[in-house]
Amino acid sequence: MSQLVREYQVVVVGAGHAGCEAGLACARLGLETIIFTVSVDSIALMPCNPNIGGSSKGHLVRDLDALGGEMGKNIDATFIQSKMLNKSKGPAVHSLRAQADKQAYTNRMRKTLEVTQHLTVKQGEVARIIVEDGKVKGVETYSKAVYHCQAVILCTGTYLRARCIYGDVSMHTGPNGLQSADYLTDSLKELGLDMLRFKTGTPARIDGNTIDYEKMERQSGDDVVRPFSFSTQAEEIQKEQVPCWLTYTNEKTHEIIRRNLDRSPLYAGVIEGTGPRYCPSIEDKVVRFSDKDRHQVFIEPEGLYTSEMYVGGMSSSLPEDVQYEMYRTVPGLEHAEIVRSAYAIEYDCIDPRQLDPTLEIRSIHGLFSAGQFNGSSGYEEAAAQGLIAGINAAMEILGREMLTLDRSQSYIGVLIDDLVTKENKEPYRMMTSRAEYRLLLRQDNADLRLREIGYQIGLVSEEEYRHVLWKKEKIQEEIKRTQKTYIGGGEDVQRFLREHKSAALKSGATLADLIRRPELDYEMLRGLDEGRPDLPLDVREQVNIHIKYEGYIQRQKKQVQQFEKLEKKRLPEDIDYEKIPNLRNEARQKLSLYRPVSLGQASRISGVSPSDISVLMVYLMAQ
Amino acid sequence: MFDDTIAAISTAVSASGIGIIRMSGVRALEIADQVYRSKKKGKRLVDVPTHTIHYGHIYDRDGIVDEVLVMVMRGPRTFTGEDTVEIDCHGGIYAMKKVLDAVLGHGARIAEPGEFTKRAFFNGRLDLSQAEAVMDVIQSKDRYALKNSIQQLRGSVKDRIIQIRKVILREIARIECALDDPEHMSLDGYGEQLREIVNVQRQEIDRLLSTVESGKIIREGVKTVILGKPNAGKSSLLNVLVGEDKAIVTSIPGTTRDVLEEYIHFGGITLHVVDTAGIRETADIVENIGVEKALDQAGQADLLLYVADASVPLDENDLRIIEMIRDKQAVVLVNKSDLPAVVGVDTLEALTGKTVISVSAKEGSGLERLRSCVESMFFQGSLDLPEDVYITSLRHKNALEEARESLDQVSESLDAGMPEDFYSIDLMHAYETLGYILGESVDEDVINEIFESFCVGK
Repeated sequence: MSQLVREYQVVVVGAGHAGCEAGLACARLGLETIIFTVSVDSIALMPCNPNIGGSSKGHLVRDLDALGGEMGKNIDATFIQSKMLNKSKGPAVHSLRAQADKQAYTNRMRKTLEVTQHLTVKQGEVARIIVEDGKVKGVETYSKAVYHCQAVILCTGTYLRARCIYGDVSMHTGPNGLQSADYLTDSLKELGLDMLRFKTGTPARIDGNTIDYEKMERQSGDDVVRPFSFSTQAEEIQKEQVPCWLTYTNEKTHEIIRRNLDRSPLYAGVIEGTGPRYCPSIEDKVVRFSDKDRHQVFIEPEGLYTSEMYVGGMSSSLPEDVQYEMYRTVPGLEHAEIVRSAYAIEYDCIDPRQLDPTLEIRSIHGLFSAGQFNGSSGYEEAAAQGLIAGINAAMEILGREMLTLDRSQSYIGVLIDDLVTKENKEPYRMMTSRAEYRLLLRQDNADLRLREIGYQIGLVSEEEYRHVLWKKEKIQEEIKRTQKTYIGGGEDVQRFLREHKSAALKSGATLADLIRRPELDYEMLRGLDEGRPDLPLDVREQVNIHIKYEGYIQRQKKQVQQFEKLEKKRLPEDIDYEKIPNLRNEARQKLSLYRPVSLGQASRISGVSPSDISVLMVYLMAQ
Repeated sequence: MFDDTIAAISTAVSASGIGIIRMSGVRALEIADQVYRSKKKGKRLVDVPTHTIHYGHIYDRDGIVDEVLVMVMRGPRTFTGEDTVEIDCHGGIYAMKKVLDAVLGHGARIAEPGEFTKRAFFNGRLDLSQAEAVMDVIQSKDRYALKNSIQQLRGSVKDRIIQIRKVILREIARIECALDDPEHMSLDGYGEQLREIVNVQRQEIDRLLSTVESGKIIREGVKTVILGKPNAGKSSLLNVLVGEDKAIVTSIPGTTRDVLEEYIHFGGITLHVVDTAGIRETADIVENIGVEKALDQAGQADLLLYVADASVPLDENDLRIIEMIRDKQAVVLVNKSDLPAVVGVDTLEALTGKTVISVSAKEGSGLERLRSCVESMFFQGSLDLPEDVYITSLRHKNALEEARESLDQVSESLDAGMPEDFYSIDLMHAYETLGYILGESVDEDVINEIFESFCVGK
């Protein structure tokens, strides 16, 4: 029987948020790339919440954008509401979140894939990875077509052997009733990969025409929208925004849930996968926090193309009839009609500790993976990994050095290091507390941290790179100027200080000294600062942050120096831990199994003690 | 290659009170100058020739600590290859501790177990073939130090640290949770609440630190507990051990009345017998507080001496003790060898798998064998160097002080009106530092606490 045989350089399996970034990165770096998807209509689909960003996830998008990824540009073009979260907190935790028009988001991303050179989109299910002598040779589809290639990037999301559970009913489909991918798991197992089964879920969607918004609190976007992408001009994206709505559950809701707990597959033990603690179902919240008499419910638009509304905070796997009953107890939802019921979904993924920090699977040359397949959760986490996996697949084929971002460089570094190093029992979500150097990893300085890397890789243009160099220079110049600018104790100055409840100046002070005062900042002092140059907003912000938080930033930089010492000590690829005396047994096993790339990574593996690290150091010295 | 300076007491602490504080690293001389004053004013150790000895005094905030000889050796011709200062102290254990405190207070840090050796190795002062030996030292010392670091904490202290950490962790989780989910959780008015919490926890740490200072918990020596059923002859045996050379039995003065610490220099090794109200009761521990309490004591000991009565059959108490010593370093003493024997040495050897020595407290026989047995256990490495134990208590003190500084930093951030995310940075540091005392790593604690205690999520 003759079969279709095609040649590519990179095959990407899946066209979700990870797959799109991976495919775009490879194609933009000039590699012939094909992306497989079970449905071309579901490219960059958002099957759960209708937004991009949020605390620490917004950071991921900024970091990704600075490196040359697409997500930031895509949401800038398709958002319908945008808000900077945590504005009252420190700059490290400001985080952008935008509501997306889901259909527009999908359409724009699809169009982007279609117009990108060297990139082919293909509907079809990859059933087998072809590996010879430990190297990827290609893939075979369900229809037995063979696509030869040098690298495969697995971005299968929640589709592998997916099962959706609606209360007492379950269906073998992927999200949104899409076809699941049932064959690839076996092929991966044959290749010796350890697979896990994870679970996640999504709340119901309600027909907006049946909601009484009068009974809810209106949640509006920011007056002036900040773009996600460093390539987007703020003035180009100001537009009329759509509100979200806030309402609450009550005792009646909780009573209904409690009464029907025995019909919840989670509590009845029907679901075997591990669910995420950060997205508890409403059943979970009611059981575990029984002292709370109400829980927030966010009603968010799915897009301008539909009246469907997402019911944030009430994901559930209770049966349909119970869902109706409980939703209708919530103020504003008394007459709600459910368009899509809430469901839980189970799927196969791998234990990501089989990956190198480059996102290449350690045991198979040329096999990369990203996104929910790696045990993460969230569109942003997926996209960030997709970009790195794409970059590294390309770097490997081009014979260039692969990219690993460390924990002090980017939230993406934290994400990947956590995934490949720590044991994960639930889908991994980015959280701000996971980033120990977050004062340095701010969303406002992602370009200063990462543009250069993106440029060297080839995903950031010369012009964009030059702009960052210019910006850095301006920031430094202006910081120096504020340190040298002397503000005397004249009457106008003292009056200004009084007006702002700031202590009077005995003698003079530098402009920087005044900026450092908690009640003042760079912008407020404009009136006292005659020689102030005309600088763009992002430069002014950097100047203010640098001066105001200098002490904290310096402390954190010192910690990073400590951290880097261990991080820079590479462990040889062929190191045989069995032959190193004095390692404790547990450490020896873990190190042999997870093969960390550096002493730093080794030190973060649970079961490896500080003294094991000392022993490794001595051993490396002795070599 | 190392940019910090380490210090430790480098000779085993002994009753004679002579010991050396060794300091190694780039700032060793500079730090020594901060605490040392020569008789002739104005002599600076940074200026003196290498490999010279200097007479003088060590000072701390409160004045003279000790009369000392200071040896100045510049790298690379030193053990570690780095600039090294050795301070030869005369004033006893207490003064040595104060000298060490003084150099730590000026920027040296307490050496990790085996760290001088490690540095010597990394600086090329040891042969490569010694690498394995170095690794041995690191592992065995670490195990010992960690074990002791935790065991040395008396129950109440440990519980209080656990309690402080728990409170701090809750606050970190509260802040982090609000940062992750600002629309679910508000921190309005939280600053004042946190200020109060931080104050209380800071006072708790102060209280702990004051016990470290005034209690002078010095616990060198191999921690030893004597076990045996009533009338087995524990008290008389102890009396013989003590009486063998009364001159070398030390009661450390200055410890509180109800904590009497006895030191028996047994052969070349110091045995440290701890009891809460006098040696008598230790001896009669089974009678007075029951086997359960004895088990607790024994669990923390480095060495157990089990005294069996040869003249009466083994009973339930003996069997429980045998069970208790199974996984511990222990020696079995069959007492009353002067009386007709009902229980034989062979029987006990078979039951316990330990060395069994026939002794008579009455006649003083068999003690020489006990001495050589303990000695060989020590040199084979079954019992470890006592100095580490001493160091760990200083570690605790340093860690507590560091945690206190972090909490102060939180208060400063509160005063300066910094946003909430800055508080959690220093809270986290305090939490980590206190965890170091307990030998606990932090890893996923915050994430777990967020999910445990706060209702989050979409």
